[in-house]
Amino acid sequence: MNRRVLRRLVSNLMVGLMVVAVILAVLPLMFILINLILKGASSLSVEFFTKTPVPAGETGGGVVHAIVGTLMIVGLASVFGLPLGIGAGIYCAEYPASRLSTAARFVADVMNGTPSIVVGVFAWTWIVARQKHFSALAGSVALAMLMIPMVMRTTEELIKLVPHSLREAALALGYPRWRTSLSIVLRTALPGIVTGSLLAVARVAGETAPLLFTALGSQYLSFNIREPMAALPLTVFTYATGPYEEWHRYAWATALVLILVVFVLSIAARIATRRRFNVNA
Amino acid sequence: MPEQPVRLGTDKLTAMYGKFTAVKNVTLTFANNSVNALIGPSGCGKSTFLRTLNRMHELSEGGWITGKVLLDGQDVYHSGVSAMQLRRRVGMVFQKPTPFPTMSIYDNVAAGLRLDGRPRRGEQDEIVERSLKQAALWDEVKDRLRTSAVALSGGQQQRLCIARSIAPRPEVLLLDEPTASLDPAGTSRIEELVFELKQAFTIVIVTHNMQQAARVSDTTTFFYMGSMIETGPTRQLFTTPKQEQTEAYITGRFG
Repeated sequence: MNRRVLRRLVSNLMVGLMVVAVILAVLPLMFILINLILKGASSLSVEFFTKTPVPAGETGGGVVHAIVGTLMIVGLASVFGLPLGIGAGIYCAEYPASRLSTAARFVADVMNGTPSIVVGVFAWTWIVARQKHFSALAGSVALAMLMIPMVMRTTEELIKLVPHSLREAALALGYPRWRTSLSIVLRTALPGIVTGSLLAVARVAGETAPLLFTALGSQYLSFNIREPMAALPLTVFTYATGPYEEWHRYAWATALVLILVVFVLSIAARIATRRRFNVNA
Repeated sequence: MPEQPVRLGTDKLTAMYGKFTAVKNVTLTFANNSVNALIGPSGCGKSTFLRTLNRMHELSEGGWITGKVLLDGQDVYHSGVSAMQLRRRVGMVFQKPTPFPTMSIYDNVAAGLRLDGRPRRGEQDEIVERSLKQAALWDEVKDRLRTSAVALSGGQQQRLCIARSIAPRPEVLLLDEPTASLDPAGTSRIEELVFELKQAFTIVIVTHNMQQAARVSDTTTFFYMGSMIETGPTRQLFTTPKQEQTEAYITGRFG
């Protein structure tokens, strides 16, 4: 009887500790979100999403230039980064023992641990310094270089999770190898790969350091990728470090917009993949 | 049973994994429209032998063979034969059910049909219905063909895999312990099915279960340590085995 009481006590204690750990882990996130909403939401208006900034001292204006800039820079980075990352991940999963994939895996792991500012300097040296002007394109290249190793490693891991028996079943039906990989293995791993890609997109959408040397930032709405371009994290940086009280409020609001953009993107991707699953399921 | 012509056979077939010999020098024939059981203790080479018949063995790490596998008299390892085309003529069902999780029941059955260009819709519907009926699954799934295949029970999934294998109309059906992961009810469904399918296909079935071999097969072959010890009509092999090892195995003294 005594033992049973003790066992229950220990069990409850452990569950209690885990609950505390969860709360401690989530608390800072909640705090950030609540703080953002409290300080930023009041500055949000239709104008904030549709207008470009007004000169310092005047009130009004918005960050549409940065929203467009982030969508363009991150979108272009995804066009470069996702196919390369996913393709490399498929290769590493299909030929796990080849020298090329061992090398690629090693490089990707190193890249994953590299500070993003280093990638920014690299993109500056190779693109900005050679072309002698800042450009959104250089920013996209820098962000793509951050995405590739992340996407590659997740893709590889998720493909490896697909049971070998499924691959064999397809081959035994007479499927060629490429078709087995694409229409059976990759399709089975697809929902996870989409989630992984989204995490990568969300992460680079918030990157500031690599953009400082490449896209530079701008006060104007621009669609030209060969010119400097604004981006939400850069705008947050400019406003937050600026001298005006008004700017500080805009920095909070811009950060909130950045989170909203990422949020909308993830929901959209989830709906897109869920629909694909249901058509066939 | 009247004597049927030979559909599939091997000639001095040896199967290797790197330097390890899994199957030694086996010469065996399977008659048209017959059920042939391969029995033997774990690791005796019966599954490897089965996998050489549709060239799945060569996909295993280090897998290679010497000798011949003859389908309708033609060597399937001849350089002019495509392994992909061969596997459409020699279907295979595995130990664990392997429905494609992203596909519906209908698409699973149709999966093998779409390899030579997409068949006409009506034609494809007919083949799917016929295959599911042959696999004794039609009545259970006909109202939910568009739902996910992984929602089916284990036994239903295995019959779905059989339907998927027979949809492209192969000549030979290879079954690798098809009831190993099923309950007794599921097992007896599959066994009845094997008996039915023999009208249309030549069947080779690997089994651990000797009662199963005795119930479903026309011929039985006993493998031990990679060698074929004995082969013959099932009744004869189980009642009057010629080899001592065979007798020891079927009476449960080893293996």
